[in-house]
Amino acid sequence: MTKARSQISKKRKLKAKGNPASKKNLARDKGIMERIERKSATRTRKPAPRSKRASRLRPERRVLALVATRKGAWIYHGDAARKTWRVDGPHFLGHIVNHLALDPRDGKTLLAAAKTGHLGPTIFRSADFGQTWQEAERPPAFAKPADGQKGRVVDHTFWLTPGHASEPGAWYAGTSPQGLFRSEDGGLTWRPFSCVNDDPQYREWMGSVQDGTPDGPKLHSIIVDPRDPAHLYFAMSGGGVHESVDGGGNWKSLVQGLEVVEGFDPANVAFHDPHCVRLCPANPDRLYQQNHCGIYRIDRPANEWVRIGRTMPKRAGDIGFPMVAHPRDADTVWVFPMDGTAVWPRTSPDGLPSVYVTRNGGKTWKRLDSGLPKGQAWWTVKRQAMTADSQDPVGLFIGTTSGELWMSRDEGNRWACIARHLPEIYAVEVAEIR
Amino acid sequence: MKALIPSSLLSYTHSPEIEAAGATLGELLDDLDRRYPGLRFRMIDEQDNIRPHIRIFVNGEQTFDLALALRPTDVVHIVQALSGG
Repeated sequence: MTKARSQISKKRKLKAKGNPASKKNLARDKGIMERIERKSATRTRKPAPRSKRASRLRPERRVLALVATRKGAWIYHGDAARKTWRVDGPHFLGHIVNHLALDPRDGKTLLAAAKTGHLGPTIFRSADFGQTWQEAERPPAFAKPADGQKGRVVDHTFWLTPGHASEPGAWYAGTSPQGLFRSEDGGLTWRPFSCVNDDPQYREWMGSVQDGTPDGPKLHSIIVDPRDPAHLYFAMSGGGVHESVDGGGNWKSLVQGLEVVEGFDPANVAFHDPHCVRLCPANPDRLYQQNHCGIYRIDRPANEWVRIGRTMPKRAGDIGFPMVAHPRDADTVWVFPMDGTAVWPRTSPDGLPSVYVTRNGGKTWKRLDSGLPKGQAWWTVKRQAMTADSQDPVGLFIGTTSGELWMSRDEGNRWACIARHLPEIYAVEVAEIR
Repeated sequence: MKALIPSSLLSYTHSPEIEAAGATLGELLDDLDRRYPGLRFRMIDEQDNIRPHIRIFVNGEQTFDLALALRPTDVVHIVQALSGG
């Protein structure tokens, strides 16, 4: 193995600079801050002793929030009660970081999908929570085509998924334009995975750059069934949802029941635009989906999605990007509605951000906005920027397009701002370590 | 020969001016990548095209041809284009 480049984070120097929710900043913004935001800022001094109740709820695993933004990455280390947060960053300042994820199999390896506005895409790997980073020797890249044909070029790696628990070192990556890649060595070298990237039918479904989202068409929501490493799902915006039961040897589209934009033919997979697909950890036969055209659920082995977003309140609608499944209750899922009317403003509806939860598989929904801004908040949450930890009660995190990181320690009932003044947040993942 | 490196890639080379070898521009870039792993892919895509915001000059003349023959006395200047305002 060739000697790879190491990049040492200048943590001490950057700590003060990267503490966007310091007490000083909060004091400056006193006039517009709500009480709950002031109470739970990033830690700048030793926290007060925990209450007896907090002690009882003390989790065994510490929670880290991994925040990927348009201008770098930040890591927020939570205390045992998830009440105060120590900031570490920026990492890769100036890089567009689309995803930052922890390997849950070893509990220490981080992968970051990064590029800059002028340089090509790459993957960085850290085995010490970001103190040092090593660049991939072979980042995701499309194969060269047969003579005379135009080859595709990876603009950025968008999505990272650790492989199955039985496959240490295996990772999957989804790219823009749509491509599926796999690493067998912990993210150091990547190769095109399965036939998807070059299959004529899939290429037709992928469409062109014109058919994708404003910042490029994407392959995302790569899901590995926790019961079977050969059972895989992925989704494409645009290009539908797809499933393999033989480790990527063959794929079958899974779009029945999904709606498409009015006037288009739902039988054509190319017209399907899944925004985010989540498998329920509590029941891997159940998947939820936030789609361009609504919120859906499917219970395998059924092959038809059911639109459960019809029961959402009209003021919110059922358009959005992110979706999060409860770690222990397959009937509970959270969404973050977005204004998808007329020209698609991609803001919170009416400037009133809110999470919605269903606790009965989509029969009914409840608005969860306590602590969130009460008006004139025109941000939204991207598809990778909402996540949950596995604590009890579950902690929820949202990263906003306006660069704020919000957290709820009680499954969404009350929200507090952990950090603000960050660049536009592209992804938030949780890492839980002992 | 002498290769001049833009500031955005100094995290790889730690020097704006380095010595590299190669009979062609492509070989020179391969040599750079051997010594500074990852460097080439940040400048050249997987279809062997120079990326949109990168420009390469040999003795002051812009080139997009990786097969261009080089001499040991040539100076290769890699520039990050200042696009985007």
